[in-house]
Amino acid sequence: MTLDSNTAMRRGLQRPTDLDQRRDHEHDHAHDHDHAHDHAHGHDHEHPAVPKPFLQSSLISARQVSLKRGERSVLQQVDIDISAGEIVTLIGPNGAGKTTLVRLLLGIEKPGSGAIQRQADLIVGYVPQRFDLDRAIPMTVDRFLALGAKKGGMTSVDAKAAALDEVGADGLGHRQFSELSGGELQRVLIARALLRQPQLLVLDEPVRGVDFQGEAELYALISRLRSERGLGVLLVSHDLHVVMAQSDRVICINRHVCCSGIPDTVAQHPEYARLFGPHAARALGLYQHSHDHAHDLTGEPLRVSKAPSGPQTPSGTQSPPGILAP
Amino acid sequence: MTEPFLIRALMAGLGLAFIAAPLGCFVVWRRMAYFGETVAQAGLMGVALGALLSLNVTASVLAVTIMISILLLLLSRQTLVPFDSLLGVLAHATLAIGVIAAYLIRGPQVDLMSFLFGDIFAISIQDIRWIYFGGAAAFGALLYIWRPLMAVAVHEDLAAAEGVQVELVKTIFVFILALVVAISMKIVGALLTIAFLIMPAAAARPLSETPEQMAFFAVIFAMLSVVLGLFASVTMDAPGGPSIVVVLAIAFTISMTSLAFRGRT
Repeated sequence: MTLDSNTAMRRGLQRPTDLDQRRDHEHDHAHDHDHAHDHAHGHDHEHPAVPKPFLQSSLISARQVSLKRGERSVLQQVDIDISAGEIVTLIGPNGAGKTTLVRLLLGIEKPGSGAIQRQADLIVGYVPQRFDLDRAIPMTVDRFLALGAKKGGMTSVDAKAAALDEVGADGLGHRQFSELSGGELQRVLIARALLRQPQLLVLDEPVRGVDFQGEAELYALISRLRSERGLGVLLVSHDLHVVMAQSDRVICINRHVCCSGIPDTVAQHPEYARLFGPHAARALGLYQHSHDHAHDLTGEPLRVSKAPSGPQTPSGTQSPPGILAP
Repeated sequence: MTEPFLIRALMAGLGLAFIAAPLGCFVVWRRMAYFGETVAQAGLMGVALGALLSLNVTASVLAVTIMISILLLLLSRQTLVPFDSLLGVLAHATLAIGVIAAYLIRGPQVDLMSFLFGDIFAISIQDIRWIYFGGAAAFGALLYIWRPLMAVAVHEDLAAAEGVQVELVKTIFVFILALVVAISMKIVGALLTIAFLIMPAAAARPLSETPEQMAFFAVIFAMLSVVLGLFASVTMDAPGGPSIVVVLAIAFTISMTSLAFRGRT
């Protein structure tokens, strides 16, 4: 990530792209009277999108990706980039389309429109949200690890042990899957992903049902993997406020990209630091949303105020509208 | 015990056991027992068709099981009627049609009981050829897709994300199933084919730590049951296919009971 874009982000919280922002403002001046209408239908209808070019450095990118299920729109014109060595946290409320976006990025499902570009020969390590192995299938951890190996590749005993060791699940190799605890299962899934020697690690809600201590430990592990292996990481979370502190970028989606930015570390807020404890406080970050719109009951975006997001927004004074109201 | 019909029965039964047992493990893992049952019952229409057109019965059964499998794959994409209900509709509709057709034709080749329950002692050399060539093809294909199919059985999305062609693998699996059902029709019949697939696998489950162990134990159970079942059948003058299935049921009971004694559930 360049220094420039980093600075831009630290300045405050942006709309998805500068280009979008400019377009919005021009748009606002021209049609001051019917924002709600425009936004309800998506502003890009009237301004045919000139999609941002794909970044060279990007491992995986989506441009203007949309998907409908029947009449219901699940994703609208989403842009996202994940580069090597970068941790991107994707947040949003339940039903916001996070898992769907992940499925599109991974090629499990095809988008209705828009484009997805993966780096040639990209190897992805994926940790799915739900993993309930059918008990009808007898499975040891070791056998499971070998299943994820690349085509034709065999997985040596040493490699499996090393992968388990790396995620702090050493000695679990001979355990039956049904005997693993939630936290152990999580680590085994990450070990399987790592055995593929991925360039990109995708974790869908890895901290669901995990306490703050466990969450902090997992984030420390991800952070270490990123710096040791230079992995790109896409981390999905439904927690709208507490995110991984080391995230280079937080993207909040609710069908479309609502806002993006970087988190404050919890450690900077003494009250939170006391609450979470000093160890967890270093791993956890707070994300301050900056939405310039709300969502109606069907989830369609509505413009509620013109307050521009930007550097002058003092922390904590802007109450995020819409989806964030408890 | 060296009567030619008995040798042929043993050859047919052991050949079928070798492919049916590992395939049956996937039927159990992927919860497709009722899917297989439907394909097998539809096979009866193939018997009637073969008799009507004077075709090789196994070949015409294969044609029907392949067609019904494709139909089921297409229908599995709709969500209006639950899939198990749909299987119930098709299994019994095709069984009824098959029985009526066989009854109306009443040709010399059509002995309804033998196609419902099989007639392992009436196996010809040509049937054995079908079992061994068909079985070898099915076994080779199953080995070829073993790992991707295993990955799909474990977690479809994870397999897809790791580059497995999920739909292709599932389709190949269903075709292997259609082939094995077709070659087993003469041995254990439309109503007992699925028992032959899933009972060895179910009996092997409590003893197994890995999928491959389970497949291995299933093959052992299936082959032992064929030998013991045929022996019992000859001794007591009982029908062959049902005798094998009863032995498999006993094996399953013993395996599950041993589980209780080891304190695992």
